[in-house]
Amino acid sequence: MSSDSNYYVPEQSPYPVVTALAMGLLALGGGLAVQGKGMLILTLGLVLLAVVFYLWFGTVIKENMAGMTSPQLKRSYVWGMSWFIFSEVMFFAAFFGALFYIRVYAMPWLGGEGDKSDMISLIWPGFQPEWPLMVNPDQVVGGEKFVGPEKNMSFPGWGGVLGWLPLWNTIVLLTSSVTVHWAHHAIKHNDRSKFNLWLGVTVALGAIFLVLQYLEYHHAYADMGLTLESGIYGTTFFMLTGFHGFHVTMGTLMLFIQWIRGLKGHFSADDQFGFEACSWYWHFVDVVWLGLFIFVYVLG
Amino acid sequence: MLSRLKQLVVYALNPLVLLSCAGMASAKEAGSDQPEGWSLLNMPVGVTESARNSYDIHMYVIWVCVAIGVVVFGVMIYSMLAHRKSLGHEPATFHESTTVELAWTIIPVFILVALAVPATTSMVERYDSSEADIDIKITGYQWKWQYEYLGEDIQFMSELSTSEPAIYGKESKTEYYLTEVNEPLVIPVGKKVRFLVTAKDVIHAWWVPDLGVKKDAIPGFINETWTRVEEPGIYRGFCAELCGKGHAFMPVVVNVVEADEYAQWLADKKAAVAAERELANKSFTLEELMAKGEEAYNRSCASCHMANGEGIPGAFPGLKASPLTLGPVADHIDMVVNGSATNAAMQAFGGQLSEVDLAAIITYERNAWGNDALGDDDKIVQPIDVLKFKQGQ
Amino acid sequence: MAHGPAKGIGRWLYATNHKDIGTMYLWFSFAMFILGGAFAMIIRAELFAPGMQLIKPEFFNQMTTMHGLIMVFGAIMPAFVGLANWLIPMQIGAPDMALPRMNNLSFWILPFGFSLLAATLFMEGGAPNFGWTFYAPLSTTYAPPTVNFFIFGVHIIGASSIMGSINIIATVLNLRAPGMTLMKMPLFVWTWLITAFLLVAVMPVLAGAVTMMLMDINFGTSFFDAAGGGDPVLFQHVFWFFGHPEVYIIILPAFGVISAIIPTFSRKPLFGYSSMVYATSAIAFLSFIVWAHHMYTVGMPLAGELYFMYATMLIAVPTGVKVFNWIATMFGGAISYETPMLFSIAFVILFTIGGFTGLMLAMAPADIQYHDSYFVVAHFHYVMVAGAVFSMSAAVYYWLPKWTGKMYSEAMGKTHFWLAFIGFNVTFFPQHFLGLAGMPRRYADYALQFTEWNMVSTVGAFIYGAAQILFLYNVIRTIVAGTPAPEEKTWEGAEGLEWTLPSPPPFHSFSTPPEVK
Ligand code: HEA
Ligand code: HEA
Ligand code: HEC
Ligand code: CUA
Ligand SMILES: [Cu+2]
Repeated sequence: MSSDSNYYVPEQSPYPVVTALAMGLLALGGGLAVQGKGMLILTLGLVLLAVVFYLWFGTVIKENMAGMTSPQLKRSYVWGMSWFIFSEVMFFAAFFGALFYIRVYAMPWLGGEGDKSDMISLIWPGFQPEWPLMVNPDQVVGGEKFVGPEKNMSFPGWGGVLGWLPLWNTIVLLTSSVTVHWAHHAIKHNDRSKFNLWLGVTVALGAIFLVLQYLEYHHAYADMGLTLESGIYGTTFFMLTGFHGFHVTMGTLMLFIQWIRGLKGHFSADDQFGFEACSWYWHFVDVVWLGLFIFVYVLG
Repeated sequence: MLSRLKQLVVYALNPLVLLSCAGMASAKEAGSDQPEGWSLLNMPVGVTESARNSYDIHMYVIWVCVAIGVVVFGVMIYSMLAHRKSLGHEPATFHESTTVELAWTIIPVFILVALAVPATTSMVERYDSSEADIDIKITGYQWKWQYEYLGEDIQFMSELSTSEPAIYGKESKTEYYLTEVNEPLVIPVGKKVRFLVTAKDVIHAWWVPDLGVKKDAIPGFINETWTRVEEPGIYRGFCAELCGKGHAFMPVVVNVVEADEYAQWLADKKAAVAAERELANKSFTLEELMAKGEEAYNRSCASCHMANGEGIPGAFPGLKASPLTLGPVADHIDMVVNGSATNAAMQAFGGQLSEVDLAAIITYERNAWGNDALGDDDKIVQPIDVLKFKQGQ
Repeated sequence: MAHGPAKGIGRWLYATNHKDIGTMYLWFSFAMFILGGAFAMIIRAELFAPGMQLIKPEFFNQMTTMHGLIMVFGAIMPAFVGLANWLIPMQIGAPDMALPRMNNLSFWILPFGFSLLAATLFMEGGAPNFGWTFYAPLSTTYAPPTVNFFIFGVHIIGASSIMGSINIIATVLNLRAPGMTLMKMPLFVWTWLITAFLLVAVMPVLAGAVTMMLMDINFGTSFFDAAGGGDPVLFQHVFWFFGHPEVYIIILPAFGVISAIIPTFSRKPLFGYSSMVYATSAIAFLSFIVWAHHMYTVGMPLAGELYFMYATMLIAVPTGVKVFNWIATMFGGAISYETPMLFSIAFVILFTIGGFTGLMLAMAPADIQYHDSYFVVAHFHYVMVAGAVFSMSAAVYYWLPKWTGKMYSEAMGKTHFWLAFIGFNVTFFPQHFLGLAGMPRRYADYALQFTEWNMVSTVGAFIYGAAQILFLYNVIRTIVAGTPAPEEKTWEGAEGLEWTLPSPPPFHSFSTPPEVK
């Protein structure tokens, strides 16, 4: 409930409508691009979006620095960011839900187990439901559309644990969550240099994570025959880790921008919301990874 | 005001009355055993235990709702009439009452429990498909049904037999417009028949209201359901899941017959299958193939490639002067027998049609609509060519 | 802080004012209503008689799909967001929405998104033709190429909804005037708060569903293809996890509107305010755990069927509480029958009938017969047209004098009501009969025994459609030539902060927060 008598209502602004235009271009361009009809409009949309976000956030930051905002507006930002993160949680929930559904229901059903007709062998004779799925239903009837992977990403046993990339990824990401917390702590005590240091380390760890994930993907495609097309195992593996990787990329970028702002001295002990919002996002990305690590890798 | 309103209502209802009379006159023929359209107000009672179950529960919940409705709307209409401002009624000021609020939260719960009990029993029975006498696999295709009698070596396609001109108003519509097929499913009366429902392309749903059976046909999965029909007769149903442009044009017809008639039908059917196999070795003339081909094409292919061979741009390619129908014959046979590797809509017809039909269709496609395949060798495809192609794979 | 609207087109393009944005939302949604309604007219005209007369089956499927999509996402949802924009700041004593620039963005995405969707009608392969529920694999492997535009369109429209909802949540939680505790908020604000929560929770799931489709279509994944170990039914679970809450997203704000109007014209406070709040929350909670009642015939295990049946039936309880509360509000009041009240009463009766048929559908053994028949079509038009659309009509008549400072023509309003009421019932009541007699939905053509009731239904649809022309005319006439609304209060019995403001209200609703006792 508000007790502030001074509301902040911004003037008219051209940025939102241009953002909408950019999003419209992205949608149109995306639709064209996936049909192989060129990247021009998509690229245009992306560039426009980047430019207008730069200007828009620039304005918000300027307003903030000029002290035009009220504590009330900041609370609105807090609510906004929290609910945005909640919506991201639900987005991932859809993909985790798909993974659970496949493993708990669809897989056994395709193999004639569970509560569904055992006559399924009329369609997929000899299909073995197992996880990770290495031989797709398609293959047991001589199809070539979905060819299962040669290897999978599961836990390789204690012998190979040190060479297991997901473990390193987990360590890197968990560490980065700690460092970003230290950065937060530092700025709360107005310790700018520590703040810059720990935030810089966090950004670096984010980048390292991405490099490791790139290596993992490369390994999957080049050596393991594990691709988007290798049936439901590849599908769920790449979609879950891929969207997570995309979010790490965004998070790293966001933290990087906050780091630059930190270097420019934008933050103080009682005003660091931009950074704080990004750090929440970072923790969220981290928690999603833990889910992935458990359900995609360890139990995969 | 009121008179203007009345006028409007009369005006609005006028065409309604006229039109419906016209509708009755055009749709009904003398001696039809189709029910009268106006009298179709309720769910059919049906001819199986499951159907009757659905009907009973349906009537039960309707009456419960009517009873609740009478009370709820009764109170509402009473206060609408009695508590009008224009009557000078003074508003009361009460705005809560824990007792009443608790009552109208708890009583509905009891009503719901009373509804849930019979529904539960009914569902449990429906899910028991064990100990069936006959197993039939039902496969949905865009836009026809395939019936396969497991263990009997009988399988056939059941497709709409209403003609296209009738649909487009160029011929008059007959009694079973859109609910007639070339070959119905035949099952014996009084036996438990288990259906194994699946699909080859998209999701369909196999529905016969009188049997109280509706089951989705999911590609790659098999759903079980069953029926035990109590009265011989012909029962008509529909595809109940949107499956593309032919969704309204893939009816279900089930012919339920006495046991001995069923046995006879099985024997005849097996003989016919054998005869059809024999024909595969016979050589046909171009004219024979064209005639057979036109008929089979219109039944199996015209829904996508259209009767005039022009297809639907953007969705289904035309076959008139197309690279394949004018090109080497082997590629053409391959496309029809195995379907398209890149576009799932073009099914593999090898398992659906007999060699004779396949040969006739291919020949037809290579000669119809001004198509002029290269030489004589490429013009005619004999059943034996198709058979050899299939065996060569 | 500017004190008046800017001039010219910039006022709308760059708008940050909640009323301007609300106005744009309302007009946009009405345009979509006309477009979606035009598609419905094509459907009904084709179904007037058996046989294909006007259009081809493939185009019919496009019409059904576009009608459903445009009505749900283009007409109803933006209409209620428009109402929220106009009313929430005024009802909680705030100057504007919490995040005005984002507010502008969420609106302006819509014209781009829906233009893209509508443009597919003119592209090769035609518009989406797989129903508004777009079940895979009809919407993936077998879809026309335009499905990609549909997918990206849904993405940005969904983003718009999420941003709009976040804005509403932030506004309600953060901008209430001093003294306005949560349990003093008008019910419209409450229902929207809960609706916004539902939206933030399920729109991302829809985004997930279309993303999986996109990958299956273009990048070789196999979410919905059994050959690769996936399952087409997985799509339905993901879709209905979004889709069922979606139908309450459509109806909850309508409940809020009705809860404002009935007390006003009964001249009696709303009965059971707090139970209304709890009932709304209960409906929202239950809406997350009942989704598979749309899937009784897909071949779920028995336990699943029974669980979803019981859970679905439970929704009748909190919804009943709402209906009883409205009636108890009217009971003992001093009721007068202005147009908004007429629409509200019709809402209560017809929505309840639609709720009853909903309960019938919830009974799994009976739904095996009802499913995918016109009985379902009748059910959801009773709750969505007589529910959501009637409540929007009521809302427009109720608040139009507040928004414009001018009074609409009561005679025309009442004519609109009676035409709509009769037209609606003539259209959709016979569809119950059709469904029970066995007519499946999404049928471009039908067997002869269904002719009679289809003809009646078509006639009704055109009456209902014509009534909307009158509505449009009445609104425009009010804006350009209406008589000034009464100085004091437009409606004798109206309560709430918005009625303490002049009509039309100032550009920034409450620049200094009012004190609420
Ligand atoms: C505004 C939208 C809206 C609303 C509010 C509802 C409300 C309800 N709906 Fe409906 N529904 C749809 C929109 C909506 N629905 C749509 C769009 C579809 C089709 C989607 C598609 O396939 O395209 C659909 C389909 C649909 C189905 C699937 C049918 C099928 O495809 O086979 C089912 C099944 O359970 C169902 C049930 C219900 C129930 C139980 C309610 C309940 O909320 C109703 C509760 C209300 C009451 C019961 C009345 C008032 C209560 C009382 C007076 C108290 C006393 C009553 C009793 C104790 C009985 N709906
Ligand atoms: C809130 C949503 C909403 C609304 C308001 C409506 C409104 C209407 N709907 Fe429906 N409808 C759906 C949501 C909605 N619908 C959904 C979700 C489906 C399922 C889709 C699917 O299966 O995928 C559906 C499906 C559906 C069907 C079944 C189609 C099929 O299964 O093939 C039918 C058939 O009668 C129908 C009819 C109508 C009619 C006549 C109206 C009328 O109320 C419309 C009235 C409005 C106007 C007419 C526009 C305004 C007036 C003018 C522009 C003036 C000019 C008018 C004239 C020329 C008369 N709708
Ligand atoms: C459900 C729709 C559908 C039906 C029914 C159908 N086809 Fe096709 N057909 C297609 C589609 C789609 C293609 C395009 C395939 C591609 O692009 O690889 C096609 C392609 C073809 C081609 C290749 C055209 C060319 O020159 O590229 C031939 C030949 C053909 N079909 C023959 C037939 C025959 C014969 C039948 C009936 C026995 C039939 N089709 C039934 C959808 C259908
Ligand atoms: Cu097959 Cu609809
Ligand atoms: Cu539902």
